[in-house]
Amino acid sequence: MSQKPEKLIDKKGLRVDGRKPDELRPIKIEVGALSNADGSAYIEQGKNKILAAAYGPRELHPKHLALQDRMVLRCRYHMATFSVQERKSPAPSRREIELSKVIRESLEPSVFLEYYPRTGIDVFIEVLQADGSTRCASIVAAALALADAGIPMRDLVVACSAGKVDDTIVLDLMDAEDKMGTADVPVALMPNLNAITLLQMDGILTLEEFEKTVNLALEGCRKIYALQKEVLKAKYVSVKEVEE
Amino acid sequence: MSSVITRVKQKQIEQLISKGKRLDGRGLTDYRAIQIEQGIIERAEGSARVLLGKTEVMVGTKIEVGEPFPDTPNEGVLTVNAELVPLASSTFEPGPPDENSIELARVVDRGIRESKAIDTEKLCIEPGKKVFIVFVDIYVLNHDGNLIDASALAAMAALLNTKVPSYEIEEGEVKIKPKYTPIPMNKHPVEVTFAKISDKLVVDPWLEEEQIMDARLTMAIDDDGNICAVQKGGTGYFASTQVLEAAKIAIEKAEEMRKKLSW
Repeated sequence: MSQKPEKLIDKKGLRVDGRKPDELRPIKIEVGALSNADGSAYIEQGKNKILAAAYGPRELHPKHLALQDRMVLRCRYHMATFSVQERKSPAPSRREIELSKVIRESLEPSVFLEYYPRTGIDVFIEVLQADGSTRCASIVAAALALADAGIPMRDLVVACSAGKVDDTIVLDLMDAEDKMGTADVPVALMPNLNAITLLQMDGILTLEEFEKTVNLALEGCRKIYALQKEVLKAKYVSVKEVEE
Repeated sequence: MSSVITRVKQKQIEQLISKGKRLDGRGLTDYRAIQIEQGIIERAEGSARVLLGKTEVMVGTKIEVGEPFPDTPNEGVLTVNAELVPLASSTFEPGPPDENSIELARVVDRGIRESKAIDTEKLCIEPGKKVFIVFVDIYVLNHDGNLIDASALAAMAALLNTKVPSYEIEEGEVKIKPKYTPIPMNKHPVEVTFAKISDKLVVDPWLEEEQIMDARLTMAIDDDGNICAVQKGGTGYFASTQVLEAAKIAIEKAEEMRKKLSW
């Protein structure tokens, strides 16, 4: 682990990477990053580098897991061994199992699962490099992978974290802020339905701080959503140009 | 964790809740009857059994000497594990912990860890080398819904009942003495879980309410009324106003619940 800096917020109110409290890290998203998957996306957010792929709707294995009235959505969040400072064991950790569950539950409300009974769709998330708030970046990419696979959705799902470091409420926590901050609140949102599909927190916040933090995270979500929509549209604009 | 529930019953539960009532006669923010028994397992360093309505959870704590984490060399280690044993429900199967038991353990863990409930620095024996490891093992014995709150309460009750052995260091070896002191505690977090049914928040859902709920929300509250952990579960969603409403109710309910714990 890197050395703890004296302060996470400097005298000018700026953060360790020079951001303002309510500023997102630079985000780069690519839709359709993998050719084998039915849908895929790649996201860079700060030093986070994450790939997400959707395979399906397809026959579900093992077959007994299939449901008569809807598609089964499965999700696997996995970190590469080299994605963190100390090599991570390739076996799924308890953290990864929990995150796979909450990410799946954050995506499920957006998908019209009932359109594809008796089938399954798998969303695979591979964190190639981790730099804090990976679950949020993963959700942003995974929702795009589902959309890119042509799965009918009620809304996109977008996610962003906010938290408290050195008595300041900040947006989009990076690794150092996540580890040494006071609180971390990841939020996922279906922006057009105003529906929160993921909400977690660890740390200590008063009720007022909690309210402020959730609202800041929601603001961040809306900013990322604009970008998400833009890159998704851009992919299909460029496809059209090739056809002509 | 689902079994069959009839459509008629589902409708009935939903309609009652939309009128602010519940099938078992409780109000929307009422807990079921809570019973706590401490110190029932003599071989454990601490133990407790919690009955929350018909939900029954036992927690035992064990203390061992081990190595600290490299990034916290002066602190003892907390490990929380949960077992959904097959005798507790027809839907539980033997085998390695599934995502439900892992989530349960991690949500209980987060409440205790983030509130800094245990004074872990007092559990250090030799900085960087030897510390006490506190194992909190949750056994669900009867599943009738809201395992999180029952487990969190049982974990706190067991910790409050936990004794730490004293020790002497002889030639670099830690010798455990059969003399005990209570585990040093700072805070007493309580977890409050809501189910969203008919777009209303319902506290302490029992099994059938859990089976039909849209989504679940848990908040851990410390002694000062601060929020120290949150976990949303289930495949539905919450409006942001609902989240804040839940936080306010949780702070109130946690205060009530904490009175059931004695220290």
